[in-house]
Amino acid sequence: MTTIHVNGRAYQVAVDADTPLLWVLRDTLGLTGTKYGCGIAQCGACTVMIDGTATRSCQVPVESVGSADIRTIDAIEEDPVGRRVVDAWVAAQVPQCGYCQSGQVMAATALLKQTPKPTDTDIADAMTNLCRCGTYNRIAAAIRQAAG
Amino acid sequence: MDRLLTLPPVPSPADGTHPLQPRIDARAAAALMTADGVSNLSRRGFLGFGAGALVLGALLPAMPARAQAASATASAAAVKPGSRVPAFLVIGRDNGVTLLSPFVEGGQGISTGMAQIVGEELDVDPRRFTVECAPPGPDYAVINGLRMTGGSFSTRSSYPLMRRLGATARDMMIRAAAATMAVEPQSLSTEDGFVVHAASGRRLSYGELAPAALALPPRDDVALRDPAVFRYIRQPMARLDVRAKSTGKAVYAIDQKLDGMLYAAVQHAPNQGTEPTAIANKAEAAAMPGVHSVHTLPGAVAVAADSWWRARKAVEALSVSWSAPAATGLDTVAADYASDGLLAALKASTEAGIPAETAGDAATAVAGAAKVIEAEYQAPYLAHGQLEPPSSMARFNPDGTLELWAPNQMPELFQSVAAQAAGLSPDKVILHSPMLGGFFGRHFLYGSSNPFLQAIQLAKATGRPVKVLWSREEEFRMDALRPLSYTRFRAAIGADGRPTAIQARTVGEGPLGRWFGAVFKDPVDSSAVEGITEKPYAIPNRAMEYVKVPHPVTIAFWRSVGHSMNDFFYEGFLDEIADAGGQDPYALRMELLKDKPRHRKLLETVATMSGGWKRGPYEVDGTRRARGISMASPFGSETATIAEVSVRNGETQVHTVWVAFDPGSIVNPAIVRSQVESAVALGLSATLFEELVYKDGVRQSHNFDDYPILSRSSMPTVHVEIVESGAPMGGVGEPGLPGVPPAVVNAVAALTGRRIRSLPLAKTRIEV
Ligand code: FES
Ligand code: FES
Repeated sequence: MTTIHVNGRAYQVAVDADTPLLWVLRDTLGLTGTKYGCGIAQCGACTVMIDGTATRSCQVPVESVGSADIRTIDAIEEDPVGRRVVDAWVAAQVPQCGYCQSGQVMAATALLKQTPKPTDTDIADAMTNLCRCGTYNRIAAAIRQAAG
Repeated sequence: MDRLLTLPPVPSPADGTHPLQPRIDARAAAALMTADGVSNLSRRGFLGFGAGALVLGALLPAMPARAQAASATASAAAVKPGSRVPAFLVIGRDNGVTLLSPFVEGGQGISTGMAQIVGEELDVDPRRFTVECAPPGPDYAVINGLRMTGGSFSTRSSYPLMRRLGATARDMMIRAAAATMAVEPQSLSTEDGFVVHAASGRRLSYGELAPAALALPPRDDVALRDPAVFRYIRQPMARLDVRAKSTGKAVYAIDQKLDGMLYAAVQHAPNQGTEPTAIANKAEAAAMPGVHSVHTLPGAVAVAADSWWRARKAVEALSVSWSAPAATGLDTVAADYASDGLLAALKASTEAGIPAETAGDAATAVAGAAKVIEAEYQAPYLAHGQLEPPSSMARFNPDGTLELWAPNQMPELFQSVAAQAAGLSPDKVILHSPMLGGFFGRHFLYGSSNPFLQAIQLAKATGRPVKVLWSREEEFRMDALRPLSYTRFRAAIGADGRPTAIQARTVGEGPLGRWFGAVFKDPVDSSAVEGITEKPYAIPNRAMEYVKVPHPVTIAFWRSVGHSMNDFFYEGFLDEIADAGGQDPYALRMELLKDKPRHRKLLETVATMSGGWKRGPYEVDGTRRARGISMASPFGSETATIAEVSVRNGETQVHTVWVAFDPGSIVNPAIVRSQVESAVALGLSATLFEELVYKDGVRQSHNFDDYPILSRSSMPTVHVEIVESGAPMGGVGEPGLPGVPPAVVNAVAALTGRRIRSLPLAKTRIEV
């Protein structure tokens, strides 16, 4: 049994130690908001926050997270910054297919928590998740809007 | 693709007089795919497929449960698609409206558009709609008697029909209210989900009226709303799914789960078409933690386990021997197959071409020309790269039905194929069509490139519900590909510098011929030549020919299909014609479109948007830049595109793309704009980076690390202007794409003097 802390709750999970956090979230805990896109840290669809830092959960073995505070998209609106980001996403009508957007919103929320007034360079550096629907410009606009 | 709207008529005496009667009935659509169309599967006798059988054998799939009440009397064969209101609308007592849409939502915004169209006529605010993809059934065959989501057909093909559906339902509400209130229908009006009797102030909600109203016989002569007083259509309404998609709550195929379900992972044959012959360590793998069972499938091995991660680890640990690939041909991809080799074969073909478009006498014009230029253009295989990897879930229910959750763009076809695979009649297959995490043409039926048959077989073998998920690596191995393509051009240029003739020889294969060949017997595959034919330019002598050379690999529809490469070919060559004749490429296009006001207007619009046409090179912020222009006529719409580029460290940087877009008329300008932006991004991705290479019989890309796609750092500013010319409604999802590659390549030529005729640009180091 491993204990992990997700969205403010402690969960006991019986999984192999090398299981990526992504699959524990999705298949064991049923928190399917976090997406699988590539499994090799290329796309960012699996982005969660671990102790406030945007992290690609497909590359995080569950044994390595210890008592870290894991936040996922499923509880994003409980976070004031996360809620602002979501509202900006809706206002800018960012998503198309939407599949990348869980990861994008998490990456944007982590950025704004660390850098409340990001420059365009900050946004470019932080927002490296792929979007096959090409919503990149709206993502940047939504982040600027959420930053106020 | 546009051929689907002009299928030959199949008369249907029972329905022949209805104004909305589609030109073919579902029985004709049923013959769309022969067993050869899913060649790899049927040839292997997958799950009891009979060779030669019609894959879509069932004439008319089962009625959806919700619609069955409506069909108590009507026989399914007599159903006019789009005519039976209860098959489309479920209105609860809380007055919430659920629309069962014929189309699957995959990012294109079709659910919102359908709510706007139906809501406008029904008189219900579209924001109160819930839109679901309808189950299989004849009611939903709204594209000319066929049901599919693709070809940028959805809105333009169903717009009149869905308006009429909404208006018919509103009329039923009014008649039911008139009966309840004992007043004349003429004395009633509607107000956002209520029928109102102004004289008495009485109001009844649609929800209260629905049980009686939806049982009334529909009238087929209801009046439609005057477009001058539209409230929802043509408004930039917010998409219905955006909040769910911004909070992780949208549910895709990959997210679904059933009680008692096993997770399955697969490993496909390295050479497509070969078979597993032995698994050396089957027992060890079966003993790995959580593993339920190890399976051999057609062209693959699979492991079912209690989690997908465990299934994947086990399947990747399998040591599998595979049969030898056939030497050549269409059954397997040969051990020495290479993209380069296929391209060489396309170039070397000497077979006489079939005329795809002919005007005047091009040969004579070329023979007598002051100047003749020639060029060869090529484009590579492309993967779809939709961000959601394919998955499917299957469960055999105690009542003998098979329930299936499978990403798809043609529900009735998938239902029918699933039924044959499971040995059931189609009405015993309950198909759910989940929201798609991107598609771009990925989820048509492509033989072994769809996972749902594996899910069925594994559910059967294990006696448990099974979800099969392909890893991204397996998806790169199995995705059906945009075909590698090749065209050779020749043009004659007169003494005045204007083209007098153009010849094109296109050699290859298109997906329409491959997958719908049973219906489209035309030897010229329109999906192979579209964008080379039907260009608007007044070049008097034209000889465009097509030579079919089949690819041994699985080819696919890919966003904008043949236009995705052919407009690059043609519009690039048109700039070469302009250069050879000493003409400015914008001025030459205007000249060749003298008699085409719709096209001239678009050219003028895109020039104005970009601050007036200038080719360059010129300096901006210390960098040298230049612009390129192009036009395209895809899917009934028209586009004019300008791109501005510079070059840094041998790589092309695209700064800004301007698109003037004329789809005739529109439903939601905000969604149209988003779709054009998205198409520009995908077009640019293909222009700059994408190429799937075969070498030694196997694909050389495995994931996004060795198949780079457009990232944020390469995304240009995109400006879109919609021009509504009032021409018949064209497509929206795909047409923004084809203008992008030629605009960029023409800009690179203006900047560097170097003409690139082979994509992607990343292959070529570009010097300024
Ligand atoms: S799934 Fe983790 S980065 Fe792609
Ligand atoms: S919205 Fe489709 S991948 Fe980003």
